[in-house]
Amino acid sequence: MKLKENIAISDSGYLFNPSTGESFIVNPLGMEVLQFVKKGKSFEEISREILTRYNVDPITFEKDYQDFIHQLRQYLLIGSDE
Amino acid sequence: MEKQRYERPILKKLETGMPGKFGIAANLPPSTHIDGISVDSLVETYGSPVFILSEKTIRSVFKKAKKAFTTRYPKVQFAWSYKTNYLNAVCRIYHQEGSWAEVVSGFEYDKAIANGVEGQHIIFNGPDKSAVYLEKAIRNDSIIHIDHLDELYTIIELTEKCAKRPKVAIRVNMDTGIQPMWDRFGFNYENGQAWDALNKIMHFGKLELVGLHTHIGTFIMSPQAYGVAAQKLADLTIGIRQKYNHTIKYIDLGGGFASANTLKGFYYPGSDTNPTFDDYAEAITSALLNTQFTPDNLPLLILETGRALIDEAGYLLGTVIANKRLSTGKRTTIVDIGINLLFTSFWYEHKLTPARHYSQYTEATTVYGPLCMNIDVIRENVNLPLLNKGDHFVVHHVGAYNMTQWMQFITLRPKIVLIDEDGTAHVIRDNETIDNVMNMEHLPPHLK
Amino acid sequence: MNRKKVTVGISGLNAIDSPGPGMAVAMGLHEARSLDVRIIGLAYESLEPMIYIHDLVDKTYQLPYPSSGSDMILSRLEYIQEMEHLDVIVPNFDAELYSFMKIEPRLKRMGIRMFLPTMEQYEERHKVNLSKFGEKYDMLVPHGKAVFEPKEVFDVKSEFTFPLLVKGKWYDAYIAYNIEQVLTCFNKISAKWGLPVILQKFVYGSEYNVTGLGDGTGTTVAAVAMRKQYITDKGKAWAGISIDDTYLLELTRKFVCATKWRGGFELEMIKTQENKYYLLEINPRIPAWTYLAVGVGQNIPEALVRLALGMKVQPYETYDVGKLFIRYSKDMIVDREEFEKLSMTGEL
Repeated sequence: MKLKENIAISDSGYLFNPSTGESFIVNPLGMEVLQFVKKGKSFEEISREILTRYNVDPITFEKDYQDFIHQLRQYLLIGSDE
Repeated sequence: MEKQRYERPILKKLETGMPGKFGIAANLPPSTHIDGISVDSLVETYGSPVFILSEKTIRSVFKKAKKAFTTRYPKVQFAWSYKTNYLNAVCRIYHQEGSWAEVVSGFEYDKAIANGVEGQHIIFNGPDKSAVYLEKAIRNDSIIHIDHLDELYTIIELTEKCAKRPKVAIRVNMDTGIQPMWDRFGFNYENGQAWDALNKIMHFGKLELVGLHTHIGTFIMSPQAYGVAAQKLADLTIGIRQKYNHTIKYIDLGGGFASANTLKGFYYPGSDTNPTFDDYAEAITSALLNTQFTPDNLPLLILETGRALIDEAGYLLGTVIANKRLSTGKRTTIVDIGINLLFTSFWYEHKLTPARHYSQYTEATTVYGPLCMNIDVIRENVNLPLLNKGDHFVVHHVGAYNMTQWMQFITLRPKIVLIDEDGTAHVIRDNETIDNVMNMEHLPPHLK
Repeated sequence: MNRKKVTVGISGLNAIDSPGPGMAVAMGLHEARSLDVRIIGLAYESLEPMIYIHDLVDKTYQLPYPSSGSDMILSRLEYIQEMEHLDVIVPNFDAELYSFMKIEPRLKRMGIRMFLPTMEQYEERHKVNLSKFGEKYDMLVPHGKAVFEPKEVFDVKSEFTFPLLVKGKWYDAYIAYNIEQVLTCFNKISAKWGLPVILQKFVYGSEYNVTGLGDGTGTTVAAVAMRKQYITDKGKAWAGISIDDTYLLELTRKFVCATKWRGGFELEMIKTQENKYYLLEINPRIPAWTYLAVGVGQNIPEALVRLALGMKVQPYETYDVGKLFIRYSKDMIVDREEFEKLSMTGEL
């Protein structure tokens, strides 16, 4: 799973997809997850990182993570090749 | 190291022409406490969901309403509308504040008596008053607002039996320029039904005609309609004096004032647009003062306001059960408050606020109740912060009707808690148990 | 002349095909001879063009929608006031006027002045109440009816002939030629602008408008009459010419005098073939074509800001007749970063 290369992400959490012209906003946690995904980290690595720093249980985070990735996929921001 | 607060990752597409919303602090402030008690601790102590009533708000709103009228008109009497909320604790607060009781059934009548209201301070309304209760009302000197001719004839029959002179008024329906016109209750003004009923009462001679009553509708956004109603009842009052030399003691304008809730289909929130007590009072009292009444023969003005007095004092606290996505990608949140408890969500866009602070990030969400029923929707579309499963929230302005129209359906009804003026919480109605429900059932022998 | 420095917040930055008045107000204020104006834009949507026209608007802030309630708007304005120290706000959207009237006293305490109609004036002239208004002030208005649900359309059908106008409480007006079209319009309009929806008799004739300003005591400070020369499919004037119609201007003065109108306004009139003037609508704010008034010698935005600040204003008596305004559209090139900044921070 890889974030499409031409997606522009700014520090403020603004995403621009130059191939579709669509703009998006992510919240700070979404931003963190995106950066991890961009670096090619696995879910396990991301989860470990988030769980040590945030007050959240593994099940909730996994559910929210999957939902977030699903959204990214739905908006064609990540490739479907895993 | 203390862990940071978690809010789930979200991605939001910017729609063309729509504001980003994120940049603007458009979130409602959280409701962390009600009258000094934290929402979290209320839920922990009394369970979720739970209804909370603020005695402080009940009393202060009542005083505001009373002031709006008494500063404009010398003789004003409120009568607490039992059907709006007939919890004994609530009724007794209003009675302490000086309200009479306005009841619309035998059950409510008995409740008023049990709450220590004197018979003569009970107004008996409604289309269904049985002969048994009419007799009770006559013997107790209660005021009977006659809804139809069949009722009038029943009362006439009962005068013989009771050897008493019943105190009566008629309910009048009329065109006040608002839609829909409530013409199913009482006698019509425009087509002469009202005069016909009044003539019958006056000619019979054994009833004491003490007042005139109307109730023009519900959630009336136009104070002027009350002005018209007051004017028409004043005209009848003056007509009766001229024709029979009889003085009507009071004019009762019923209820129907809007609360601060937002009706579905309205653009601005109700808190901005709905008329205030001062608006209603101004329309009503100026209509009455501008008639031929002289200062010494002004009739008593009775008001049966319910909703506008108590809505604001009621809160419903709940908990998030789950977050989900629909097939369309729409975010939904399932909560433990359903339409079985929040009947009014059929017509209001109830204000929902979280019980703690969240970041400015929100998602457009449909809020569903817990019932396994498709119609169980609390809000079709509301921007909510990123609530997690187990988080608490507050539904506002639920004091009217929800605690009387709620139903035992699928689940059991929760506790109702009153926070008194010193900030102490009291359970004023217990939650239902399975025994409460099952004890009323009986199994035929062959099914045991 | 020594120009007084003022900071003015304006909304209606949507210089689109059905434009808000922000552009005309901003241009008028920039041309004001007595004021040195810094303009702060107040936007609702991120693509309102004027947000990106930096030589007209110095800085823009996004506001929460009026439907979120006046408390929300107020708390946003408190923040903006901290940053910008506004002297005056000129709200230009119909849908926001109510909220601004509601918070006028609180804004005043923050040091922000406005010059708006009173709540009574605002309500009385409302489309929903126009028939009563016409009766009270002895002005001809087309027969109208406010309907709250589709079935009422059938109840009042006999009062109208087709075609008829179907209007939203704040915006939108459609011509309907049969009952089905009325119902379609009803649903379309009520879904967007709530209830009621107004049905109004369709009057044939030419459209004349007046933009003006009342000082709140009955004096007409400014009034310019215009005949629409070119009308878009949304019914907006795309070009118009200033005219000297004594009757129309007299009618305007009568309106201002009788209502003691306070603030900017637009009278939308129609003149029938029998030379009768029907009042179609009273907009309780400056219209988008007000720049014509500025151009012919009556700077309404300037006078309005002066009135808001409690300064003396000499009523305008004359204006140049026979001048045209011709609206044009133009594309500007904007960097994505600007859009991004506004979307992320609500400021630009």
